[in-house]
Amino acid sequence: MTTTDTPAPPGPQLAGRGLGRFADRAFALVLLGAGLSVLVILAAIVIRTTVDAWPVFQYQGFFSFITGTEWRAGFSRNEFTGTYGAFPFVFGTLFVAGIALVFALPLAIAVSVYIVHYAPLKLRTSLSYVVEVLAAVPSIIFGLWGLLWFVPTFIQPVSNWTARNLGFIPFLDGPVANVNYFHAGFVLAIMILPIITALTREIIAAAPISEQEAAYGLGATKWEVIRSVVLPRSFSGIVGASMLGLGRALGETIAVLMLVGGSQRYGFRLFFSGDTMAAHIAATFQDAAPETITALLGIGVVLFLVTMVVNMVARGIVWRFGFKATGDAI
Amino acid sequence: MSLTTDPTLERPEVKPLRMKQGNARRRQNSDRVLRVILTFLMVVASIPLFLIMYQVIQRGAGVISWEFLTAREFPPAREGGGYAAGFVGTGIMVTWAALMAVPTGILAAVYLVEVGRGPLAAAIRFFTDVMTGIPSVFVGLAIYFLIIANTGFTFGAFPGALALGVIMLPIVVRSSEEILRTVPDELRQGSLAMGARRWQTTMKVVLPAAAPGLTTGAMLAVARAAGETAPLILTAFGNINIITDLFNVAIGAVPLQIYNGARQPFAPGIERAWGGALCLLVLVLTLTVIARYIGGRFNKIGNR
Repeated sequence: MTTTDTPAPPGPQLAGRGLGRFADRAFALVLLGAGLSVLVILAAIVIRTTVDAWPVFQYQGFFSFITGTEWRAGFSRNEFTGTYGAFPFVFGTLFVAGIALVFALPLAIAVSVYIVHYAPLKLRTSLSYVVEVLAAVPSIIFGLWGLLWFVPTFIQPVSNWTARNLGFIPFLDGPVANVNYFHAGFVLAIMILPIITALTREIIAAAPISEQEAAYGLGATKWEVIRSVVLPRSFSGIVGASMLGLGRALGETIAVLMLVGGSQRYGFRLFFSGDTMAAHIAATFQDAAPETITALLGIGVVLFLVTMVVNMVARGIVWRFGFKATGDAI
Repeated sequence: MSLTTDPTLERPEVKPLRMKQGNARRRQNSDRVLRVILTFLMVVASIPLFLIMYQVIQRGAGVISWEFLTAREFPPAREGGGYAAGFVGTGIMVTWAALMAVPTGILAAVYLVEVGRGPLAAAIRFFTDVMTGIPSVFVGLAIYFLIIANTGFTFGAFPGALALGVIMLPIVVRSSEEILRTVPDELRQGSLAMGARRWQTTMKVVLPAAAPGLTTGAMLAVARAAGETAPLILTAFGNINIITDLFNVAIGAVPLQIYNGARQPFAPGIERAWGGALCLLVLVLTLTVIARYIGGRFNKIGNR
């Protein structure tokens, strides 16, 4: 047995030599820069748009910009000459998104419950897979399909029939425009259905198994378990998911633009040809004079505020519920 | 002393379990009714979604030809021509958007997972979520006012790519963060114990381990960006000529051409719109399916 020389403690070598010492710190700085880029971009967007939209809010007054019902675009380069009351678009946005949610939400919950609790085991994974893939279909395709096939062959007759036979109800009376709130809202509902379903399915699948088993053990039928355990337990999650869907519906542009009408007026009728904030921006931007572009930015800022409030409330609910809404679905 | 005579062991009369008592029949019936209703709703919900697929394929398939893929678009009333301008434009803009957003997004996610602590990381996480909720048309407006209205740039591929990049960034950050969190800590510890620096650990161990998942997130973001229309109306502006410049020339995109084709009355233009829609659908669904496939394999490996 020979005694081995114990090597000298490594000492300063471990600290590294030369530039290597700074590598970690530099790397952390790069990462920090990437992380901060999100904040910087968001700040740049918010500040730039607010600053540039300020003149139109000043000219029209923020309150009367939102509540004014007359939108008359001006054609000036340096000054404001038009009248900018964006209420018809605000109303249209809320109305169309509301219609979409009324149709899509119950269906999304039903589909999620079916996929999680009723579908044959073999189908379950493939169904949720299909839902997630469908959520990726671009909105322009929904717009094209809605405008050229679905509305003229399917929804238009239904609307005509409704207006003819139920027209005595003020909300449902005619005339039925070819493109109107209802048609836009209905196609939008089809579009956000897989998006909301992808979320609600996850939430319903996460209802506590032990409580469901306890309910089954007490002799409850499947429907009773769903009604008294699964749905109450997922309630706040579903509220959050539907608000995320609402946020998506509020900001949706191109599919709505092709189906809502673009009339710059509003009416509390299902079959009224109106306009939404996002659709009006996209529809008139390319032909707008500089002052009107600023006014469109004003609409954009209002739209941004509305969707941000809806989204933050929704995220708050979903976060409290302990969920991370998967990024790609939203 | 036979057991049967013991009165305490006398079993009470029990009805067979299968016999319905009380409201059991009503409850079971309502259960059955609900099953039928839910199945029916499932079918109803899937009809329009599959109709879309079917009709886009059916009406678009006849349009796709070599000419459609390589020629620029003719005026709407004229037959022939194609979406080459759109394909080139979408390709350029999505590529540049991905080059900007994917590395930034992945590094930001690395920051959130490996370095970031405290309120700053929480703020970044929160505002990334906020960013996913921004309406895409507002992103277009913001880029217009940031890049075009206040600087020397005009409409073109650069602002378009920026707008798409801003839309992609939060998607990449969110999905990458989720994936990086699933990389087991043992890998990091092993690497650090071998004497690797933090950056070496991250670049050579953590990121390669998460690569399939990161690819999934990036591909989903690309799929999302490729289908965006509204922000491009405000930034790329559209062009029926094939443009390869990055700056200062308005550039086309497939969604823009579909939009323009669909809202005019001439049949040839409408047909081309269906063809473009089919191309877009194939592109987006292929990306999504491949991404999910890679992601699914990654999950299996991760769970093993």
